[in-house]
Amino acid sequence: MTADLRSLYQEIIVDHNRRPRNFREIPDADRTANGDNPLCGDRLTVYVNMEGGLIRDIGFVGNGCAISTASASLMTEALLGKTEQEADALFERFHDLVAGTGRGARGSLGKLEAFSGVREFPVRVKCATLAWHTVRTALNTPGRTASTE
Amino acid sequence: MNRSSALLAAGPIPVLPGVSRARDDFPILSRKIHGKPLVYLDNAATTQKPRAVIAAVRRYYFVSNANVHRGVHALSDRATRAYEEARSRVARFLNAREDREIVFVRGATEAINLVAQTYGLLRLREGDEVLVTEMEHHANIVPWQMVCDRAGARLKVAPVLDSGELDLGAYERMLAGRTRLAAVTHVSNALGTVNPVREMIGMAHARGIPVLVDGAQAAPHIPVDVQALGCDFYVFSGHKLYGPTGIGVLYGKAEHLEAMPPYQGGGDMILRVTFEKTTYNAIPWKFEAGTPNIAGAVGLRAAIDYLDEIGLPAVSAHESDLLACATEEVGRIPGVRIVGTAKEKAGILSFVVDGVHPHDIGTILDHEGVAIRAGHHCAMPLMDRLGLPATARASFGLYNTPAEVDLLAAGIRKAREVFL
Repeated sequence: MTADLRSLYQEIIVDHNRRPRNFREIPDADRTANGDNPLCGDRLTVYVNMEGGLIRDIGFVGNGCAISTASASLMTEALLGKTEQEADALFERFHDLVAGTGRGARGSLGKLEAFSGVREFPVRVKCATLAWHTVRTALNTPGRTASTE
Repeated sequence: MNRSSALLAAGPIPVLPGVSRARDDFPILSRKIHGKPLVYLDNAATTQKPRAVIAAVRRYYFVSNANVHRGVHALSDRATRAYEEARSRVARFLNAREDREIVFVRGATEAINLVAQTYGLLRLREGDEVLVTEMEHHANIVPWQMVCDRAGARLKVAPVLDSGELDLGAYERMLAGRTRLAAVTHVSNALGTVNPVREMIGMAHARGIPVLVDGAQAAPHIPVDVQALGCDFYVFSGHKLYGPTGIGVLYGKAEHLEAMPPYQGGGDMILRVTFEKTTYNAIPWKFEAGTPNIAGAVGLRAAIDYLDEIGLPAVSAHESDLLACATEEVGRIPGVRIVGTAKEKAGILSFVVDGVHPHDIGTILDHEGVAIRAGHHCAMPLMDRLGLPATARASFGLYNTPAEVDLLAAGIRKAREVFL
């Protein structure tokens, strides 16, 4: 496998694709949104429960490629216990990591750093950010469908 | 598949005589992708172009370029002749009765929109029905939805069996009622299924229902005879037939084209214009408003000449051999399921791999130099019917080889190693 591919499909991404964490519906969620990547047919639903301004519970279901599934899975872990503002800030930095220069965000995103390899694959940026767009929709305008298009 | 077992038993499958020569005709095939030789297996999306086509387009701009049907000068005459000769060539390719039954358009999509917006609107009344099938490309669904909305008509969908074949009995039953128009794909772009269009047209005509056939995936792979088929309309795109992008063909029976109102207004589609009244040009020019894609038509003609020189029956046989070989080789990889197992298939292999999403297969294959398509193939209703969000699709052209099938299979095995 080439170095590019190895950095795209890091062990942690392969692992979270195989066993996605928080992969469950939350029937009584107070925030939920659907995400759609019309280009490739990836679809997911994100569920969030807020309590005292913090994300107390978060889950997702759906179907997508390894990048989008692992991204959703790691995102749920990263957002648990965060405020909406913190979630927004994290999304900005994550987006910078996968699509931008990556500078400034290095060394501070923990497990999410695994997605730095996506930068070399511009067509896969949408896969990595679908869950993030969706959770942002859930937090800001519950009941809407997020789209990467 | 019996054919492929027989082929494998007989040893390596023979390459289309002249394929190795044919490969040299396509300059792009010698380039490298990620440091590996390009293995281009996305021919159902678009084909690569032979030198003959590239040269014809270039030559046209070098020595013949002018506007058509307008000038009194020598170049305009030359451009007009090149354009109209291309039309005759297409008519001969499809065995149309007359040249004027060939309308140049941008591609199959525009051709279907043209028919829907003119013939469709003319024919459909409130409560009427248009019959399509579950395996249509979005281009043969959405234009009909749009015209149904306008006319107050309804779209009906003939079901597909699990094998990816059309449920022909259901199709025939659904022609009853208020069906006023039927549109069907000749070959499924997502699964490769070849539909029995001749039989389907016969069933429709028995009830007085005209039929449009979407030939985008058929014309480059199997000989088409519109008179033998009896279809009312047949459409295809040049770029899937080794020709340039932006040029395509609408074949329509002259009697239909005559009765249809124009699609767009402008120059070239008129005989006489006053502010009180405009007299439209004769067919096919009535449907070709504005300066057409002259170089595209010239390139398409070169593509048809090229294809005919090799021989469409030989191309067809070569692609079936490749498909049989790929079905066997890819199908025996653990965890792989072939999607679409119709008895009659063109050179398209759709598949899914347990635990590996089609996009990830696509990315990993790309790094091996192998170009395939991953996704819903612009056939989302079909994917919903099959219960799949996406498939990986390898599609073959005249220049592909059995060695490339081996590389495809090796790439899929590699993808499994990454994820399992």
